[in-house]
Amino acid sequence: MTYQEFKDILHNGVWKQNTGVVQLLGMCPILAVSSSVVNGVSLGLATSVVMALSGAAIAPIRNIVPNEARIPVFILIIAVLVTVIQYLMNAYMYSLYVVLGIFIPLIVTNCIVLARIEAFAAKNPPLQSAVDGFAMGLGLTCVLAVLGGIREIFGHGTLLSGIDMALGESAKSLIITVIPGYHGFLLAILPPGAFITLGMLIATKNWLNLRSIAKAQQVTNLTS
Amino acid sequence: MRRTIVKASLHTALNLTVFALIGTAILAFTFNQTHDRIEQSIEAEKLKLISQIVPQALYDNDIIKDTQDIHPDPLLGNEDTTTVYRARRANQPSVLVLEAVAPDGYSGKIGLLIAIHDNGELAGVRVLTHKETPGLGDYIEIARSNWITQFNHTSLAKYADADWKVKKDGGQFDYMAGATITPRAVVKAVHKTLQYYALHHEALFAIQTKEQKP
Repeated sequence: MTYQEFKDILHNGVWKQNTGVVQLLGMCPILAVSSSVVNGVSLGLATSVVMALSGAAIAPIRNIVPNEARIPVFILIIAVLVTVIQYLMNAYMYSLYVVLGIFIPLIVTNCIVLARIEAFAAKNPPLQSAVDGFAMGLGLTCVLAVLGGIREIFGHGTLLSGIDMALGESAKSLIITVIPGYHGFLLAILPPGAFITLGMLIATKNWLNLRSIAKAQQVTNLTS
Repeated sequence: MRRTIVKASLHTALNLTVFALIGTAILAFTFNQTHDRIEQSIEAEKLKLISQIVPQALYDNDIIKDTQDIHPDPLLGNEDTTTVYRARRANQPSVLVLEAVAPDGYSGKIGLLIAIHDNGELAGVRVLTHKETPGLGDYIEIARSNWITQFNHTSLAKYADADWKVKKDGGQFDYMAGATITPRAVVKAVHKTLQYYALHHEALFAIQTKEQKP
């Protein structure tokens, strides 16, 4: 894999084809889990790992599986992979499992994983597929972090609450109380708040895109 | 024509079967390899939770060894034999720690650890295992909120049967908007466990410990 190829895949996953605000795939976990930064980033990172591994696992067998049977075979492989990760974490990384464990079964139901397998890993070599899966997951993690941050500030008036569960008791000092004495805003915590915030994020992304196109046009107008 | 269809289907079916077999084999192998360690982690977590809900001052026996295995009971909601931990002070019954299962959580079973004083008052409740929605139903965990502590000092004597519900259903227990199925299941399971305790508590304390059996 060349450096350019790597850069393209990364850019595609994190920005151009962002799963959260462009492809709009896997809305169910996005809306359910983005109520705080820590929850959002946790699910995002767990999904990235699963996507990278499933890409790497499926790309080598892409030519063996008959076309009609590919979807069930892919789902089977993803489910096996996720369950194995869950067992291993439960056995060997118990403290991490306590934090991330509840998110892991959600990943199987996330259609981003299958969508990327179908769109990319079924047509590309293992290394590229793994990078693509991870880049897509990273893009998702960014969206979940921003979404979680906005909802947490409006919903609870805090930022990074619950980080002590991921990084240990000493991380408690990282929790920021943005608005002291805030009583909370229920709408931001409930699913409608997630929809509204996600809508605004999509609008922001589109606005940025349009602006960069307009800028590019201005440059060509000036030079011609 | 027909032959090719049959051949293609057979090929697909064979392929699926092979992948299913490989997948099952990998899962079975991983399960076997990790099963013991997972049990150990859960056991260690359980002991940590017990020390949270049973104050040290209330017992002078070795609570970890003073146990008894009990059979599944509909009131406890469990399907396997579970262990009861018994705290005694000066050989008098003090606190009993039971395991119960709330079968009707939003995403399946919720495993609970319930400590009850000899007088039928709850010493505390903790969630052992659950699969509730992250960020919504997981506030039943002590690590995420102190919701579960509202069971402390409640008893069948304090609240009538009709009060053992969440406030939305006309009961006494708080819940968080957006997730009512989860607390409903927990309240119901705690209530039933208290009923089980009322029926059986003498027997639960009386029977010899495993160590004392010949």
